[in-house]
Amino acid sequence: MLPVLLLLTLVELGSGLVLGSFEDTLLRYPSLLVLVPVTIGTAGNLGSVLAARLSTAFHLGTLSFAPDDETLAGNALATVALAATVFPVVGLGAWGLSALTGSTDLSPWIVLAVSLSSGLSLAVLAVLVTVVATYAAYRLELDPDDVVIPVVTNTCDVLGVVLLYLAVRVFV
Amino acid sequence: MTVREVAVEAYREALPALGASLVGGLLAGVVLGGMRADLRAVEGLLVLVPALLATRGNVYGSLGARLATGLHQGLIEPRVRAGDRRIRAAAAAALANGIVASLFAATAAFAVLSALGAPVASLWRLVGIAVVAGLLSGATLVVVVVTVVFAGYRRGYNPDTLVGPLVTTTGDVFGILFLLIAVRTVALVLGGV
Repeated sequence: MLPVLLLLTLVELGSGLVLGSFEDTLLRYPSLLVLVPVTIGTAGNLGSVLAARLSTAFHLGTLSFAPDDETLAGNALATVALAATVFPVVGLGAWGLSALTGSTDLSPWIVLAVSLSSGLSLAVLAVLVTVVATYAAYRLELDPDDVVIPVVTNTCDVLGVVLLYLAVRVFV
Repeated sequence: MTVREVAVEAYREALPALGASLVGGLLAGVVLGGMRADLRAVEGLLVLVPALLATRGNVYGSLGARLATGLHQGLIEPRVRAGDRRIRAAAAAALANGIVASLFAATAAFAVLSALGAPVASLWRLVGIAVVAGLLSGATLVVVVVTVVFAGYRRGYNPDTLVGPLVTTTGDVFGILFLLIAVRTVALVLGGV
């Protein structure tokens, strides 16, 4: 447990360094700072839900790694749909809560654009990462339950922060 | 099943858990938004935030999964008795892992930021903050995870589906809240902020 844990901590430190690189912008606009934990949390959750479902399908023998596989396509579609549902609430919630608890210099539409664009691109990348990690576990004869979920959850955490950074660069 | 049926089922199953972690994440964000002065004063603290939050999820999520497996196998009883060695051992191991990972995160963040020539607070301040926050949130999460998994199991819920949303939601909120308390506590001892 401990070596894996320390390795994952180093990976997460990578996303911390990305956050540090735009710390000034985050501190200037509190609604963007409010987005940080919820983006990381939702990113990791989207990945872990998909990974858990693909691992179970894999164990049951109902998963084949082909683009026209129903289990694969259906779960990928659900991940994108979940992101499209959750990230507008994330953006408007972050803006609303910062407006309630202090002041915000950004318009709600900018925060919404940051949240939705980073969330939707994250969903697409989460699908790719999960499928590749599940396939790699299958080829290396590892148990996907043990390997895929922590790898995917922590990779999605990092991707969430990187995409948040890119969205802030584009929209703010 | 068709693609559409698979998608609808996956969507329905995942939405409640995502909703719960959304609420927890937003609450954590509000606390983080209120910590701007602390984040400015303790350089490098923001770099630590994702690692500290993920440690909570990795360590206490795994504790919850172990408890759930133990319950399913009948190895442990769903009662919090001080005498049950298995529960105490699992909780102590989780707490120790959480502290070691927090300590490691603070040291590594200090080393990387120093190597990059970025401004960074003293090693003792970062380590102090990480350990105090790890101890407080770890102790709280052990109590929350054990209580909710046992109570849920006794009422007939599958503990496996409770653990994920529970740990991500409470982990985010308590993780950031105790980070704030840790920053202020360490400032009392070392001065500053």
